[in-house]
Amino acid sequence: MTAVPLDPPRRLVEFTLDGEPARVAEGATILDACRAAGKDIPTLCQGETLEPKNACRACVVEVEGARTLAPACSRKAEPGMTVSTDTERARHSRKIVLELLASATDLSTTPRAAEWIKEYGAKPDRFGADAATMNEQPKIDNDLYVRDYDKCILCYKCVDACGEQWQNSFAISVAGRGFDARISTEHDAPLTDSACVYCGNCIEVCPTGALSFKSEFDMREAGTWDEDRQTETTTVCAYCGVGCNLTLHVQDNEIVKVSSPLDNPVTHGNLCIKGRFGYQHVGGGNTAGA
Amino acid sequence: MRQRDRGKQSKEYPRLTHPLVRDEKGGPLRRATWEEALEKATEGFRRIKAEHGPDAFGMFSCARATNEMNYVAQKFTRVIMGTHNVDSCNRTCHAPSVAGLSAAFGSGGGTSSYEEVEATDLIVMWGSNARFAHPIFFQHVLRGIRNGARMYAVDPRRTSTAEWAESWLGLNVGTDIPLAHAIGREIIHAGLANHAFIERATSGFEDYKAEVEPWTLSAAEKVTGVPAEAIRDLAHAYATAERAQLCWTLGITEHHNGTDNVRALINLSLLTGHVGRYGAGLQPLRGQNNVQGGGDMGAIPDRLPGFQNVLDPETREKFEAAWGVTLEPRHGRNLTAMFEAMESRELRTVYCIGENPAQSEADTGQAVERMQMLEHLVVQDIFLTKTAELADVVLPATAAWCETDGTTTNSERRVQRVRKAVNPPGEAREDIDIICDIAARLGHEWKFADSEAVWDELRSVSPNHYGMTYDRLTEHQGIQWPCPSTEKLEPTYMHGRLWETDPDKRGMPAPFGIVKHDPPVDLTDEEYPLRLTTGRRLDSYNTGVQSGSYASPLRRGEYVELCPEDAELYGVSPDEEVRVTSRRGSVVAPVWIDPGLRPGLAFMTMHFPDEVDTNQLTIESNCPIAGTAEFKASAIRIEKLPVAAAVRS
Repeated sequence: MTAVPLDPPRRLVEFTLDGEPARVAEGATILDACRAAGKDIPTLCQGETLEPKNACRACVVEVEGARTLAPACSRKAEPGMTVSTDTERARHSRKIVLELLASATDLSTTPRAAEWIKEYGAKPDRFGADAATMNEQPKIDNDLYVRDYDKCILCYKCVDACGEQWQNSFAISVAGRGFDARISTEHDAPLTDSACVYCGNCIEVCPTGALSFKSEFDMREAGTWDEDRQTETTTVCAYCGVGCNLTLHVQDNEIVKVSSPLDNPVTHGNLCIKGRFGYQHVGGGNTAGA
Repeated sequence: MRQRDRGKQSKEYPRLTHPLVRDEKGGPLRRATWEEALEKATEGFRRIKAEHGPDAFGMFSCARATNEMNYVAQKFTRVIMGTHNVDSCNRTCHAPSVAGLSAAFGSGGGTSSYEEVEATDLIVMWGSNARFAHPIFFQHVLRGIRNGARMYAVDPRRTSTAEWAESWLGLNVGTDIPLAHAIGREIIHAGLANHAFIERATSGFEDYKAEVEPWTLSAAEKVTGVPAEAIRDLAHAYATAERAQLCWTLGITEHHNGTDNVRALINLSLLTGHVGRYGAGLQPLRGQNNVQGGGDMGAIPDRLPGFQNVLDPETREKFEAAWGVTLEPRHGRNLTAMFEAMESRELRTVYCIGENPAQSEADTGQAVERMQMLEHLVVQDIFLTKTAELADVVLPATAAWCETDGTTTNSERRVQRVRKAVNPPGEAREDIDIICDIAARLGHEWKFADSEAVWDELRSVSPNHYGMTYDRLTEHQGIQWPCPSTEKLEPTYMHGRLWETDPDKRGMPAPFGIVKHDPPVDLTDEEYPLRLTTGRRLDSYNTGVQSGSYASPLRRGEYVELCPEDAELYGVSPDEEVRVTSRRGSVVAPVWIDPGLRPGLAFMTMHFPDEVDTNQLTIESNCPIAGTAEFKASAIRIEKLPVAAAVRS
């Protein structure tokens, strides 16, 4: 008797995407099909390694016959459906979403946000300067992480990564409701008094830079963070025998950040505290004399 | 247990940036040029080989370096020095797993893959706190649990792994064989053994059945401390699961009879047919990034590259033809035997690459004394470790995982590419480059253009690696061995042959291991009433040389951890410094209270040897088959310090 059934082979689904025939594996989303067809749909709360949360609505598309717009990240492709990604209605909706997010939160470190705001003609400042919901200082209560909730769009990806989808540490959750909703540790305690194990998997999935590594935060503050001068090299972690793949982000011969490929069969993009932060012994600044 | 002392940092080790030599025994190390240091290193090897023969040389190869480096290091040992005396720290951890698995299946690797843990029905974590020691493997376990699998934890401590278990079997340290035998007996008596599999694919079942017969549930309860009902429950769950994974770590192997422990677990898989199928198998979780690969590359005294047997004449002939030398038809000395040979002066020179035995061996005092008896010690490392401080020549090397190119092999036999991301500091040079330089000075000009050239030479002599070109390793994000073909990939699990109906395809049956209970050597008594076991914490690693340098908010230094009952019994409170004494040594450490421990059981790590040298307490009592020491079981007592002397020694 088996408790855990093995997956049966998957079939292909055919449908119409922006007037063209599209074929994807059964279970794939509209977003998967869009990306396979080279279409650029904005996404924020969607994560390759996480289940869709449908929080940000940046990826909405029009499905023929449906009353409402559908989030491409979670809506599965169905045989015979007709999907349009670039209609006036979908574009208008994305524009409003970007205006609301960019007026309430600081998207200055969100990759591609500025580009999308321009592309969709969004005008976030039309809600006035007092639309920002947080207005607080970044939380720095340890030497590894910084939490800057002015930049948080409440997409819940960090909560899912910390919780049952990957890490199962449950150090953070959503506290408060409505405008008071925010990501918090238990009783809003400092991270050092929480269940946090400093794996950095929440930072890995954060789409806006609200969560960042202290090393990156400090370099940004000092104005020395420069991704154009960084190389990314994937190697294997030097700690235990599990063999996690590490992508080392190197600037001026210094490791400044460590991530892991999301499609890696060993890690699925996740690491532990040693793999994520235990690289400092390599640094040449502190060297032996005789 | 939330109060964490954030000030606790382990000693920081600076990187070595230039060679060092010692002009006379007892003198200081001084800076030297590469030319001078390499000449001195070479001269010592040459002289001692001429005076005392090839077997006076020993190579400590590095389980942290690449496969390519390990291949070159063992080739240096066998071809240039002419001995099989090559080994690595695999001896201190998982050598029993390799010995046990190869005795049963003819191959020393784990039989399943991580992804199979997500698709299994039952997971047994035996002597493994993977939640801390192998966190990303444990994510696969958690996925399995979320998918509906049941997990059982077998461990003397109620660890953070056990928190996720359906049932925790808290056995007494060193009673794994009685527990395994009782599970086996229960499976047989309940009529749950897979007789079709046993008949076709195994041998020695009748002897096994007789061996486990005395271990009734109640007999096992008496010895192991685990309630009979819990043993019965695990036996039935394991035997009736469609697919089951049996995973273990050092709780099984770091005993004086570690190989027997491994055999006792393998027996359970043979009894139930939980091996050789997708989702059903055995997984030893390896402790170092390339401890699997080091052995696969032949950096062990009894195996040539590709884990091929030194004693097999055809294998030797193949390597003799490839390397143009004659190979001795016998095993070399393993790490443990090499240390003993230092004392008898049969071993006079050691080339130690990236290992720190002065702090990692059990009974470190003895290990240092023995290394001081060497005539000539060359240490190649990225840090000036305690071992390097004993050396005559210190050669600064690169950090393999980010300053060189190559491959390493993980716990699921996956060979993965390691790539150079940063330049090494100062004059530090790559391991292979340094070894080849010394080889050239000894008259062997090896021309390896790059790590891929080394790998391709290895592929040409190792059928299990033949199909793994660098291009394919990149394309597939690593490939698991065996991979004999450049065209296709093998299944994620091994030993599917055991399920073949054709006896020829089935091959050698897997023998049951007939092993007996043998309690820990270091007995507890009135004088040493507590059982000390050792292990890792989440944020730290081994002797702390590598993990001590980052600012972990979790790090809290060394403690002797006790259960609340024992703390009360000895009248000690949290953070109070106490003296911890075994029959071999004594250290001072503060007290930590852990309700996950049971009365009579204490726990320490080996992460902070510069503050508290835990391995002064552990016993150098070795597994006769694999040579691994009994780190997991020493007898200690704890004593309150006199009030005036209550400061750190």
